[in-house]
Amino acid sequence: MKAKTVDKVATSIIVVLALFIVVLLLGLLGFILVRGIGQINWHFLTSAPQLLKGGGGIGPQLFNSIFLLVLTLIITIPLGWGGGIYMAEYAKPGRITSFIRLVVEVLSSFPSIVIGLFGLLLIVNTFGLGFSLLSGAMALAIFNLPLMVRTTEQAFRAVPKEQKEAGLALGLSKWKIITSILLPVALPSLITGTILASGRIFGEAAALMFTAGMSSPPLDFTDWNPTSPRSPINPLRPAETLAVHIWKVNSEGIGPDSKEIAAGASAVLVLLVLAFNLSARWIGRVVYRRMTASK
Amino acid sequence: MNNKLKPRRPLREKHYWEEWTGRIYTSICVVFLIVVMFSIVYFVASKGLSTFFQDGVSLREFISGKTWNPTGEPAAYGALPFITGSFITTLLAALIASPLSLCAALFMTEIVPGKGKKILQPAIELLSGIPSVVYGFIGLSVIVPLLRSMFGGAGVGIAAGCLVLSVMILPTVTSIMADALSALPKGLRESSYALGATRWQTIYRVIIPTVLPALLTGIVLGMARAFGEALAVQMVIGNAPHVPTSLLESASTLTSVITLSMGNTTMGSVHNNALWSMALVLLVMTFVFVILVRLLERRNRV
Repeated sequence: MKAKTVDKVATSIIVVLALFIVVLLLGLLGFILVRGIGQINWHFLTSAPQLLKGGGGIGPQLFNSIFLLVLTLIITIPLGWGGGIYMAEYAKPGRITSFIRLVVEVLSSFPSIVIGLFGLLLIVNTFGLGFSLLSGAMALAIFNLPLMVRTTEQAFRAVPKEQKEAGLALGLSKWKIITSILLPVALPSLITGTILASGRIFGEAAALMFTAGMSSPPLDFTDWNPTSPRSPINPLRPAETLAVHIWKVNSEGIGPDSKEIAAGASAVLVLLVLAFNLSARWIGRVVYRRMTASK
Repeated sequence: MNNKLKPRRPLREKHYWEEWTGRIYTSICVVFLIVVMFSIVYFVASKGLSTFFQDGVSLREFISGKTWNPTGEPAAYGALPFITGSFITTLLAALIASPLSLCAALFMTEIVPGKGKKILQPAIELLSGIPSVVYGFIGLSVIVPLLRSMFGGAGVGIAAGCLVLSVMILPTVTSIMADALSALPKGLRESSYALGATRWQTIYRVIIPTVLPALLTGIVLGMARAFGEALAVQMVIGNAPHVPTSLLESASTLTSVITLSMGNTTMGSVHNNALWSMALVLLVMTFVFVILVRLLERRNRV
């Protein structure tokens, strides 16, 4: 009888605490959206921030975040997918492979601020790229690569063995098998993994403060010459992203409406990350249907 | 006859080339990863160690000195306040998050396996997707005012920092614990129930002891995340360079002081190098966490 009471008490404690987490999440999301969504309008999303007066927007920051994400993916996709393919298809179990695994594990556990500092030292100062979108993209690539390698390896390992054996039976080379048989099958999970990683890149700030910089020059959205300093697509200009902007407004915002701007920008950031997560699932499913015969 | 045999040679050559492009290309990607890791260690260590070798700050002063006054006369480079700040927030965050995570993981795998997973899994994934600056913003606009009205004072401090951190590491810890619990063989549970044990007895006496190393792995990984987190903590902790004596007192962590000061110091100065030494401490702690995880995983396998 006593054991049963204990069981009941323990069960209800577990249930209560588990539901507490759900309530916590709903509370957090609700808070961010309720506080922030009223701020979001076309003007807020497109206009430049105001330093001292109220009424500024987050236009350049939003653009910088998206552009930085594109640059980072251009760097990480070939390197990350390549590394993952090596781990899944070429690496033989042994000392070297377990060493590479350790390297990936260590790289993914480095705090993002350490990666930002490394970027400051090597990319910004030694390579002389300065505070720029390109430096930021490189730092984010370091931040993102280990995750990418891991998801790619898992995606390739999940491909049924028969597919590879069929390719070998046809006398194809290993690289041909990888690119024309395994890659299409692994592509849905590769894309899902890449989009989920993008969500993380999008919200990252600590690694960017010292690489992409904490300011944005006034942008001229009619100037598409990539070498001009006011051009939005110039990869060598400093760029403050949305996440860095939220941090800056919160910790040193002096404008009269800095709280509201932080709330609005947080809501935009969270909505975009949610959109990434949902679209990752959706696109993964669509690509899977296209690549395979299943309906 | 001759015509039929001819195409064989080019085909073989093509194979040969394809084989090597693949091998070389993927190897370059992996070598790049290794180079990056070693150069991070090398650059951070060479900068961080020059505080001691070039500038003559003693290691003892750096680790156990209580005063941080890099601009004063004489300058003092005691990083103990930041080291204790980092460790206290990390430990407290783990202390708050671990039981919650364990309950969530048990709820998903033991109590209502089907439904629980459907409710909690997306919740956990969403929590892990929220960027850290947003957590900082929430901390600043909810937790800090709440603490201020409950206990008085400024509201910023260790307590606010570790509350924010504990929510941030919740998803990491929970998902690792849930994975470990669901990987457990079914027979273990069933034989315990067959002996007449209640569900709690099964969880407490059979399941938890069996997966304990994996549960601890989750906690260690959560602590590693908490230790390295910079911006969310910086926003709510208050950033005072003192060894904290109470939970409500304003304090600093290694990451928060690096975030705030790195941009304002000139490269190569002693102040700047001391900040790099703190980054080196973060780096060393990362290795400690990785080693701990490896040791726990080894125990898990046996």
